[in-house]
Amino acid sequence: MSTQDNISVNLKVWRQDGPNDKGRFEDYSLKDVNTHMSFLEMLDVLNENLMKEKKTPIEFDHDCREGICGSCNLVINGIAHGPEARTAACQLHMRHFKDGETITIEPWRATAFPVIKDLVVDRNAFDRIMSAGGYVTVATGNAPDANALPISKVHADSAMDYAICIGCGACVASCPNSSAALFTGAKIAQLSKLPQGEPERKQRVKSMVEQMEKEGFGDCSNFGECEAVCPVGISISAIATMRTEYVKAMFS
Amino acid sequence: MSSFAYALQTTIGRKILTGLTGIFLTLFLIAHLSGNLSLLIPDGGEAFNRYAEFLHDLGPLLWIAEIILVILFLTHAYIGISIYLNKKKARPVNYSYYKSQGGPSKQNFASRSMLISGSIILLFVILHVMHFKYHLFSPETYMTSYDGQEMVDLAKHVEVAFLNPWIVAAYSFVMILIGVHLKHGVWSAFISLGAKNPKITPVLYTVGGVVAILLAAGFLLLPLYIYINGGLS
Ligand code: HEM
Ligand code: FES
Repeated sequence: MSTQDNISVNLKVWRQDGPNDKGRFEDYSLKDVNTHMSFLEMLDVLNENLMKEKKTPIEFDHDCREGICGSCNLVINGIAHGPEARTAACQLHMRHFKDGETITIEPWRATAFPVIKDLVVDRNAFDRIMSAGGYVTVATGNAPDANALPISKVHADSAMDYAICIGCGACVASCPNSSAALFTGAKIAQLSKLPQGEPERKQRVKSMVEQMEKEGFGDCSNFGECEAVCPVGISISAIATMRTEYVKAMFS
Repeated sequence: MSSFAYALQTTIGRKILTGLTGIFLTLFLIAHLSGNLSLLIPDGGEAFNRYAEFLHDLGPLLWIAEIILVILFLTHAYIGISIYLNKKKARPVNYSYYKSQGGPSKQNFASRSMLISGSIILLFVILHVMHFKYHLFSPETYMTSYDGQEMVDLAKHVEVAFLNPWIVAAYSFVMILIGVHLKHGVWSAFISLGAKNPKITPVLYTVGGVVAILLAAGFLLLPLYIYINGGLS
């Protein structure tokens, strides 16, 4: 952690012109980086410098910049979302880096998340897993009364612990096997705790697991790395819940 | 394909099978260790030899047990290898630099080397059966008799083997690897089989570590004792 207001950093950034390009690392150095900037703001400054030099800026994904949309997928110094636990890359501040430090930035690497350009990857595989079963049936017509459906506090809280998943894909990126078990497990676990999830409960777990398989993610070896990098700290209990839900769906 | 057969082949089915076979193999190790430790009874190996004789006399029952064990080993090894191959397919281009975040992560030497520790264990098991069952490395068969009953002196066979420093060293190395495999394995099996209470899972990791250490230490005790003591008694 740096206590200075300004630091210099060396950056080793993955550049890839398109899905079929082989890609390579390029080195940049940036002086007078304000330590109160976020990591993405630091990249904005770098990109502005690049544009002034008539060079192609670095493509990286971002949207909310407040840790809720899950777009900012960067592997920073070998760790998905960087060195701070429970922090998305957009919430990471430059004060966590040392003056003169070399920072390596890579995209999520997984067959299921092909690189589109530079640091941007295609995470549609997650959307297809969601379409396979991550929904509930609701009656159309007038909106039902609020709180008409009683849910115990324990279940509501526990569902919330899984519902906070922002779908960023850091679990896949950090998993030595590139498994999507934490993401898929969180969605299944969330809906299994709520009465709204009940009608599709059995079909949901079967379909979502089948889709996860089709997308080419790896197996889960219970490394728990996903939980460690998850910006919202989802527990691997989600994965164990997915397994018990799957077994229940098979035997009933 | 029936839906059950399909289910066994999904990532979840495979993990449940690894967990189940791993747990049964661990239980087998505990039973095997209890048998071995009967050698420490100072009765010239009688309890151990009678136990071996009893197992032999089971005949077909013993064959069934052996076949089940072979199936457990092969299923476990097959899935372990296929998980490794899947992992290569799921990320063909590796990170140039990769680090664990630490914290709740269970990524460590033990969990990262499951395939290596497992493969060495498999090789060891084959040599071990050849050695103690088919007398590959020490062809003599020792005989003894208790109350007029002739039987194979397997205790003597074990004693001779563990007076050889090379056998003791190789055996000890593999027993430590079994400990390393189980350090991650026991905990992992619980999670594979659906342990999900966040209050209990950290305890399970500690329990796994203790089981791993106890099993490795138990198996190390006998060869080291025989070698250092210069024999069984
Ligand atoms: C005495 C023999 C053995 C015992 C007691 C044992 C025990 C275990 C246990 C309890 C697990 C955890 C299962 C899970 O993750 O659900 C495991 C995992 C594993 N075992 Fe073994 N094992 C043995 C032999 C072997 C052999 C012969 C191999 C050969 C390749 C092997 C390879 C693996 C691998 C690769 C894993 C990790 C699977 C994964 O990545 O999820 N094991 N073992
Ligand atoms: S940009 Fe939205 S979570 Fe980081």
